[in-house]
Amino acid sequence: MTENIKFVQGNEACVEGALYAGLDFFAGYPITPSTEVAEQMSVQLPKIGGSFLQMEDEIASLCAIIGASLTGHKVMTATSGPGFSLMQEALGYAVMAEIPCVIVNVQRGGPSTGNPTHVAQGDVNQARWGTHGDHAIVALTASNHQDVFAVTVEAFNIAETYRTPVILLFDEVIGHMRERLVIPEPGEIPLVERLRTSVKEGVDYHPYLPREDGRLPMSDFGSVHRYNVTGLYHDMWGFPSDNPKIVHGLSRHLMDKIENNAHQIAMVKEYYLEDAEQILISYGASARSALHVVVSRRNRGEQLGLLELQTLWPFPAEIVRDRCRNARSVTVVEMNKGQILEQVKHAVEAPERVFLANRVDGVLINPTDIRNFLRVIQGRGI
Amino acid sequence: MERYRIVFSGSGGQGVITSAIILAEAAVLHENLTAVQSQVYGAEARGGSTRSDVIISDSEIYFPKVTQPNVLVCLTQEAYNKFSGIIRPGGLLITDAKYVEITKKVDARQREIPMYEAVMEKIGKPIVFNICMLGVFIGMTELVKPESVMSVLERRIPKGFLELNRHALQLGMDLTEGVRR
Repeated sequence: MTENIKFVQGNEACVEGALYAGLDFFAGYPITPSTEVAEQMSVQLPKIGGSFLQMEDEIASLCAIIGASLTGHKVMTATSGPGFSLMQEALGYAVMAEIPCVIVNVQRGGPSTGNPTHVAQGDVNQARWGTHGDHAIVALTASNHQDVFAVTVEAFNIAETYRTPVILLFDEVIGHMRERLVIPEPGEIPLVERLRTSVKEGVDYHPYLPREDGRLPMSDFGSVHRYNVTGLYHDMWGFPSDNPKIVHGLSRHLMDKIENNAHQIAMVKEYYLEDAEQILISYGASARSALHVVVSRRNRGEQLGLLELQTLWPFPAEIVRDRCRNARSVTVVEMNKGQILEQVKHAVEAPERVFLANRVDGVLINPTDIRNFLRVIQGRGI
Repeated sequence: MERYRIVFSGSGGQGVITSAIILAEAAVLHENLTAVQSQVYGAEARGGSTRSDVIISDSEIYFPKVTQPNVLVCLTQEAYNKFSGIIRPGGLLITDAKYVEITKKVDARQREIPMYEAVMEKIGKPIVFNICMLGVFIGMTELVKPESVMSVLERRIPKGFLELNRHALQLGMDLTEGVRR
């Protein structure tokens, strides 16, 4: 046994990924099924000189990490649906003020306090549109602990690259189940560090003037430059403005910096798609059941494949359209009423061939459920 | 190897979830096997019936839950009543002789083991009931080595309690001597 092999919960794998990425500040309010993220942070961060804050509620948690990020820290908070609802105001602020931060939502059943200890994937659209106003957002997910680790690292990289909040949308099954995790060696996964301005002290610094490549170098708040940060539309110094040119320009910048790089942000895993006549599209814990069906059916010679989504937002529509072009049927496996289904229907050339295999009763959709849905879709009945 | 689908069940506070974690961790970290452990739990912290699922295999495990265990352990009557029906035909059903009264015959090898009584008689501390159960489990299945379990315990519990747990594990294994597998 070596030290870098662990047997942990998904929530712990997320913590390990965050620490690997260089996280040194966490603020949160514990809530099932995400509590182990906060718990492990409270144990691990003090050991490396980082900060753990237990806040009075979730909006305060997100506000705290926004402030810490501005001062130069890599930051994260973790919650579940009810807390994620409370965070939406601050999430919009982070989008507008372009604050790198990572928000973990380990999903439970909703709406409201819902089904706290059971699995669901009902917050997909909330992650996209929970906060008001036109905006772009990044949301990632994973179906096993090695991937939880990797997408968590990637979340920090994307947050720093595009100066944006990134949402990690896990679920109760992934959060709580235990399996093997191998911690990569330092340097094995590349890290993106904060792009800091080269503007010297006493020289006019424009915190919101993008470089040619669209990136905005930051200056640690409270150090050498004085500047303004606001949730209002703002000019290149960060001061509020209602000048239509500035409002339009910033609105477009906030969308474009994500949407124009959607192909860079898109992460998927492909299983047996080359000759697949039937394609399953899934993500998170549901993808484990889907993969179980695909592998067992392949052994019997059926041409079934799986496209597992790790990037949910921006939705990887081009990849979905391309991979599904020759499929006779496309079945979206998810634990909600069809939130990714709608995206897939928009993306593909033949939406009438797209079906939903779902479960919304707090129980992980199982391989038998999926096989039954496939029989119905094929017109064979259960 | 045959894929083991295991359910440990009992009441909250008996340590069934802890023993499931120890078993799965021993398999992954010390036997180079693949294992997934999960649990279903409600809002209650104690009482009620709890169950933990463990799958142990030498290949990838995708679907992490157990629908039909080939080994089922029940430490309370309530757990037995609730779960005995899901056992895989030909599987192994282990119950505690004091807490569980076998009320029906299922298509499985039913083994009633006096785990609780033995713990109280030989050790006197009910806290290691779950480790004794783990001893019975590995005595019956030989799925992992007792040294692997002890390695996990060495990392997880204070030194002062190691001997107590070693004793309970051995006691459980001794209880399976002469019991038909």
